[in-house]
Amino acid sequence: MSAEGGTGGVAAVRCTGLTYAFGRTRAVDGVDLRVEQGEVFGLLGPNGAGKTTTLRSITTLLPVPPGVIEIFGRDAARRKMAVRRLLGYVPQQLSADGALTGRENVDLFARVFDVPRRERHERVEQALAAVGLAGAADRLAATYSGGMVRLLELAQALVSAPRLLVLDEPTIGLDPIARGNVWERIAGIRAATGMTVLVTTHSMEEADQRCDRLALLHRGRVRALGTPGELKDGLVAHQGEGSPPPSLEDVFRHVAGGELDGPGDQREDQRGEFGDVRRTRRTASRVG
Amino acid sequence: MSAVPAAPHPASADGSESVEQRYNLLLHPPRPRSGWQVVPARVTAMCVVELRKLRHDRAELYTRAVQPALWLLIFGQTFSRIKAIPTGDVPYVDYLAPGIIAQSAMFIAIFYGIMIIWERDSGVLTKLLVTPTPRAALVAGKAFAAGVKAVIQGAVVVVIAALMGVALTWNPLRLLAAAVVVVLGSAFFSCLSMTIAAVVLTRDRLMGIGQAITMPLFFASNALYPVVLMPGWLQAVSKANPLSYQVDALRGLLIGTPAHLAADCGVLVLAALVGITAAAALLGRLAR
Repeated sequence: MSAEGGTGGVAAVRCTGLTYAFGRTRAVDGVDLRVEQGEVFGLLGPNGAGKTTTLRSITTLLPVPPGVIEIFGRDAARRKMAVRRLLGYVPQQLSADGALTGRENVDLFARVFDVPRRERHERVEQALAAVGLAGAADRLAATYSGGMVRLLELAQALVSAPRLLVLDEPTIGLDPIARGNVWERIAGIRAATGMTVLVTTHSMEEADQRCDRLALLHRGRVRALGTPGELKDGLVAHQGEGSPPPSLEDVFRHVAGGELDGPGDQREDQRGEFGDVRRTRRTASRVG
Repeated sequence: MSAVPAAPHPASADGSESVEQRYNLLLHPPRPRSGWQVVPARVTAMCVVELRKLRHDRAELYTRAVQPALWLLIFGQTFSRIKAIPTGDVPYVDYLAPGIIAQSAMFIAIFYGIMIIWERDSGVLTKLLVTPTPRAALVAGKAFAAGVKAVIQGAVVVVIAALMGVALTWNPLRLLAAAVVVVLGSAFFSCLSMTIAAVVLTRDRLMGIGQAITMPLFFASNALYPVVLMPGWLQAVSKANPLSYQVDALRGLLIGTPAHLAADCGVLVLAALVGITAAAALLGRLAR
């Protein structure tokens, strides 16, 4: 199905027929997507659904042909540098450098985004304060908890005032308190800056509570799109009144059909899934 | 590109005015540097990171000093006594010292690719690749950061050599020129390492290849003995080995032996440029 939303104006993200293959396996298979400015948009799906590949295409990490992805109207293939200046990216792995202090980690990203020296210190302080890490800024990141590292990564992304914050599984491996803290900071930052947030998750609960709109991905394709309420209402309409209130997981099972559990789910080439699982476990293990 | 600030959200929970005051800099993206300024800015950023890491943890500096000290103390002293290697009027340990400086710098640089693979696995590299940093600028930054590390290592070897009575120059200009030579040589070898890292993609394989090539590079150079003592085929290998040009320049600068400084520096600059080009071309493999 088409996942074009569209309220007019320039979209924060527009994907048209995004396809990406690892060898013979199509990790993403014709994704059409439109993320509106200012919304929290979730890409939801199990491991290997194509969430991370979609995100890596949007962030210019994977090569895509011209005309397929636009970020705030800029073509991601033709104007990579311009697109990257609009992005704040937090990958799935805990990507802060443990050998540097929190402040030094943020300072590095201020430097590579060309923050001039006269405002660098103040900007770094503001980014650290925005995520609540001002008090721990001079400690080595290696001494941070998993939740603190995630907040530090948010500060690194924020220091360049991005218009699109891209988060790949931001709460993976965190305990419920740290998870809530990370989401509250994201909400606070969004409220203060009006930035668009594009997030992948395989937590149905988080997607339900935290995202304005969702795209449900399965096997590289968008299977459903809408607000969490719309998706659940759609299932109620399909099943008829009187059935128990559905969860997003029910919606997902419905749109994925029998493909989630059946033998048909065993793909010939499991590279995407294996990579996802390995990355997930590594991150979870580092978070502790 | 036009840098459009993220629009502040009108409904801030904390009261938009105070939030805007506290985080005013995070609402406006920094102005991009113009073309030619990007590479020096990124090189500076990477060198600053390297220096900060060394400031936090000097253990590597001390442990890495052991091997060159042993070369000078054991190999240098012994071969000085047996006078097996004809070095003219220059005592053998004096002749050897610049070779050991080049060797210890090369050893640091040749394993720099391991850090790139670690950065890739931990997400640090991925995040850097989503910044407005051309890949060649990122590689150049890493290459010169390896050079900074090698210069500090070289300074330690100079001190050890001076303590052993080696008659090194203390002319600041010559020492500065020697530092430039070490940086250029390290830039090439670190790029060679990053290129191999982008091909083999795993630390274990890179460790194996690094160990396999360091000793041949070292022995097939003029670091330990004059090239004229080598068989013809080894002399040909030595001529193609950038380490020989680095050692020749260091010997000329530090102990005043006849050298071909212009040719040496020309070869090292060319080698560094080729290395940066090759590593930048292959860096995308580490992003996938």
